[in-house]
Amino acid sequence: MAEITEALKNIIKPENIVSQKSSVLTNQTMHYCPGCSHGVIHKIIAEVINEMEIQEDTIGVAPVGCSVFAYNYIDIDWQEAAHGRAPALGTAINRLNPDKFVFTYQGDGDLAAIGTAETLHAVNRGENMVMVFVNNGIYGMTGGQMAPTTMQGQVTATTPYGRNIDLHGYPLKITEMLAQLPGACYVTRQSVETPAAVRKTKKAIRKAFENTKKKQGTSFVEVVSTCNSGWKMSPEASNNWMRDNMFPFYPIGDIKDGEKVNANDLPNVGK
Amino acid sequence: MAKIKGAVVVDSEECKGCNLCVVACPTQTLSLNRNVNGKGYNFSYMENPDSCIGCSNCSLVCPDSCITVYRVKTA
Ligand SMILES: Cc1ncc(C[n+]2csc(CCOP(=O)(O)OP(=O)(O)O)c2C)c(N)n1
Ligand code: SF4
Ligand code: SF4
Ligand code: SF4
Ligand SMILES: [Mg+2]
Repeated sequence: MAEITEALKNIIKPENIVSQKSSVLTNQTMHYCPGCSHGVIHKIIAEVINEMEIQEDTIGVAPVGCSVFAYNYIDIDWQEAAHGRAPALGTAINRLNPDKFVFTYQGDGDLAAIGTAETLHAVNRGENMVMVFVNNGIYGMTGGQMAPTTMQGQVTATTPYGRNIDLHGYPLKITEMLAQLPGACYVTRQSVETPAAVRKTKKAIRKAFENTKKKQGTSFVEVVSTCNSGWKMSPEASNNWMRDNMFPFYPIGDIKDGEKVNANDLPNVGK
Repeated sequence: MAKIKGAVVVDSEECKGCNLCVVACPTQTLSLNRNVNGKGYNFSYMENPDSCIGCSNCSLVCPDSCITVYRVKTA
């Protein structure tokens, strides 16, 4: 191992820091597997909260899934929802505290399987909150079972011969579906596998939180992610697999960017 | 001519040896150590400290926020 030379000592000084752990993250070691996307996404949310100076005014809703302990890592107020119910809990928090920044954080099993009803109706009501959707194509926490988002042909614990559409149904593009709803103001799909992707996701999450301030409706940020343990690949191979196999089906980019539909633009039979 | 020099400090006890920072580094500065930390992970370290340009790519992709990046301009 290289020794710390005099030259290095001159660089490694507090005044020369250009990047360090966010002060909005706690000192707890995350329980996630090495290389798990959840850690990167937590970090991005913490950095956005720090940059917007809203640590005291942000309330997160944690899901059931690997990120169930998110409240241990981002140093803000949290509530823990029952499986899939984060958008319902977020709705209540937001309505009782309309001036707070409310966000939900959910996996694909949580948001697109057991919680589909809560997800859809929260967005359809245009709840003024941010929804972060971590799509790793699998139920990570419970051992890698098929999720609605699992790719055709993808081998999981419950699809040992690969997902078969005739048997298991089609992979669900719930983000495109939600973008059709009048309550959504901003719907985007991002990823965190490269430095450039991390920067873009940070911009998207920042924009989503800014929308909350303007009370524009629901901002929905999908992050196409990896679950290297569940996929049984190294973190690096998982990123490559995601790029080759998930991005063509779950394309990265904005799907909707605007405002929720104005009620006056819809028929009102009571008038 | 002004030259950019960088350095990183890895929290070697927090590092989980996922290798994502090594892949993201454009200058092949980083490598996983042959030794392991208290958790049994081969932690990341600067194998080639002279080549670091302080670009922060490594810290951006680190899921466990264990990299601090430093940068200076030298005359
Ligand atoms: C009511 C209920 N049903 C089922 C479970 C079991 N369960 C725990 S996590 C999970 C799925 C998690 O998958 P996902 O939301 O994709 O999160 P990930 O772990 O992949 O991040 C399931 C089915 C539960 N805890 N509660
Ligand atoms: S099982 Fe998958 S989603 Fe869960 S921590 Fe491990 S890599 Fe991350
Ligand atoms: S700051 Fe840039 S050059 Fe230095 S180790 Fe990190 S990625 Fe490599
Ligand atoms: S990305 Fe972070 S956790 Fe992974 S090897 Fe590098 S320093 Fe360690
Ligand atoms: Mg999942």
